[in-house]
Amino acid sequence: MMKEIVIEAEGLTKKFGDFIAVNKISFNVEKGEIFGFLGANGAGKTTAMRMLCGLSIPSSGKAAVAGFDVYKQTENIKQNIGYMSQKFSLYEDLTVKENIRFYAGIYGMSRASVKEKMNSLLDLLKMSNEENSLVKSLPLGWKQKLAFSVAIMHQPKIVFLDEPTGGVDPVTRREFWNLIYAAAEKGITVFVTTHYMDEAEYCNRVSIMVDGVIEALDTPTNLKKNYKAVSMVEVFLQLARGATRSSD
Amino acid sequence: MKQFIIFVKKEFYHIFRDRKSLLIIFLMPIVQIILFGFALTNEIKNSNIAVLDNSKDEATLKIIQRLDASRYFEVNTYLHAQADIENIFKSGKVRMVVVFPPNFYQSLLHSNKAQIQLLADASDPNTATTITQYATNIINDYQQELNGQTNIPYQIQPQLRMLYNPQLKGTYNFVPGVMTMILVLIAAMMTSVAIVREKEINTMEVILVSPLKPLLFIVSKAIPYIFLSLVNLITILIVSVTILDVPVKGNLFLLMAESLLFIITSVSLGLMISNFTKTQQEAQMFSLMSLLLPTLLLGGFMFPIESMPWPLQAISNIVPSKWFYLIVKDVMIKGLGFSQVWKESLVLVTMSLVLLFISFKKFKTRLA
Repeated sequence: MMKEIVIEAEGLTKKFGDFIAVNKISFNVEKGEIFGFLGANGAGKTTAMRMLCGLSIPSSGKAAVAGFDVYKQTENIKQNIGYMSQKFSLYEDLTVKENIRFYAGIYGMSRASVKEKMNSLLDLLKMSNEENSLVKSLPLGWKQKLAFSVAIMHQPKIVFLDEPTGGVDPVTRREFWNLIYAAAEKGITVFVTTHYMDEAEYCNRVSIMVDGVIEALDTPTNLKKNYKAVSMVEVFLQLARGATRSSD
Repeated sequence: MKQFIIFVKKEFYHIFRDRKSLLIIFLMPIVQIILFGFALTNEIKNSNIAVLDNSKDEATLKIIQRLDASRYFEVNTYLHAQADIENIFKSGKVRMVVVFPPNFYQSLLHSNKAQIQLLADASDPNTATTITQYATNIINDYQQELNGQTNIPYQIQPQLRMLYNPQLKGTYNFVPGVMTMILVLIAAMMTSVAIVREKEINTMEVILVSPLKPLLFIVSKAIPYIFLSLVNLITILIVSVTILDVPVKGNLFLLMAESLLFIITSVSLGLMISNFTKTQQEAQMFSLMSLLLPTLLLGGFMFPIESMPWPLQAISNIVPSKWFYLIVKDVMIKGLGFSQVWKESLVLVTMSLVLLFISFKKFKTRLA
């Protein structure tokens, strides 16, 4: 059975001067998939993701997101994706409700659907009591969960998560991943970068980037089998050992 | 349109939740205008002076009386010997000493000539020049009165009239100046900081990924600060009319319209600055350095541009504040109409358009 392809990259490359940040990467992501994008710091994950989101123009290669070309149709792409950045990106001096309304507003959601979404979202996050609290008063884990929920509120086809769980405790990370599963079940494709290897196990498929190149791409089970490893950490270490770049 | 409203609303949340900045924004104009209006004038009032009167006659008494009665001088010491002069200057108690020679009135009557010595502390040359000028005027007044009594043929009596500011009040100069300074500072600095903050707290990235149009982003960032600046403008006008007695001579609506134009120029400057700064502090510093200093030094209200060397005069032409200052002086103080300020207005319009065009072109919709 052919699955619908929502992200398609072929020979996608980004150069900054002489430095090749992303070197001819090719992959497909299917609808409803949780696609893990792994790599050490500086491997080129964020650059690759930015090209797919229309934040950065590729130097060469082809890519389409939700069927739209990353060179010419970035406006259409923006309508169809959600994005949560590496660093926390809600307004700390706005309340939970105001943040939700603002982001819903810039995606052009109608007042009625914002209202409906807001309630179900606050219930899901168990944050109904905090709806009028300023975001800066919330614990980091809550903020991250809120940021994720806001990123998928307008029901995008794909959501890009750039190291969404950085600095969050293991329990909250687990809860965060439950939110990701719930989103995937609703048919939202999840494209997530991480360097927590336990999180890699939660993905349907993972790609491992080393020095701007995709070294491996498969399901976690197959990867472990091919590299004769008991965990994803071992797989990763085997691949990343040869890396020459060390940081962003 | 809905996106626009929701964005502007968000911007106002930021403004009103930041109580400290809000207080500064609204108090700064009032404090500054009162400071400049009352404390920091370039008029020199109530200078303490000493008198060494070796004559003590009718004329010297009258002159001393007049000096004392004027708002410029306070005769606080009477000296008795030439030697005291040096000491009193050293003590710093007086700025000027007036010395009358013996038989002052006598020689005035008999030889038609008398001399008064004015000694001023010229360690501050500007003050010294100004106060000797004041004193000379007062003495001349007295002399003219005496002349009126006797008949001297062929006399030229200059009649001075100070137009637009008959009392030579410093506030007439400072109100337009402070207005210029506050509008450019608040509008440009706040706008640049507001945009750069989005970069700093990473919300910019999320906004760039969203379907929000860059133009809409820029406009909705600018609108709240244009509004705040208008509030400031009204405060300044109310304070200057009620407390400082500087009336709006010209058309109030023309003045408001010209100010709105200048606010837009300043906001465009702020947009420009936000394009090449990364942190809020950087934006703030850059605004201060690139706006406050040129406005103060080259805006024309602290130092007359005509007396600067030509390279500085040339540079002053690209300082928007200079043009707005001219407009405010013409409209507010002289009461002139649009036909007198259209050239300056055109300069501001052109500057705004160029700045807006560049900032919009340079606005990065992508991160790399």
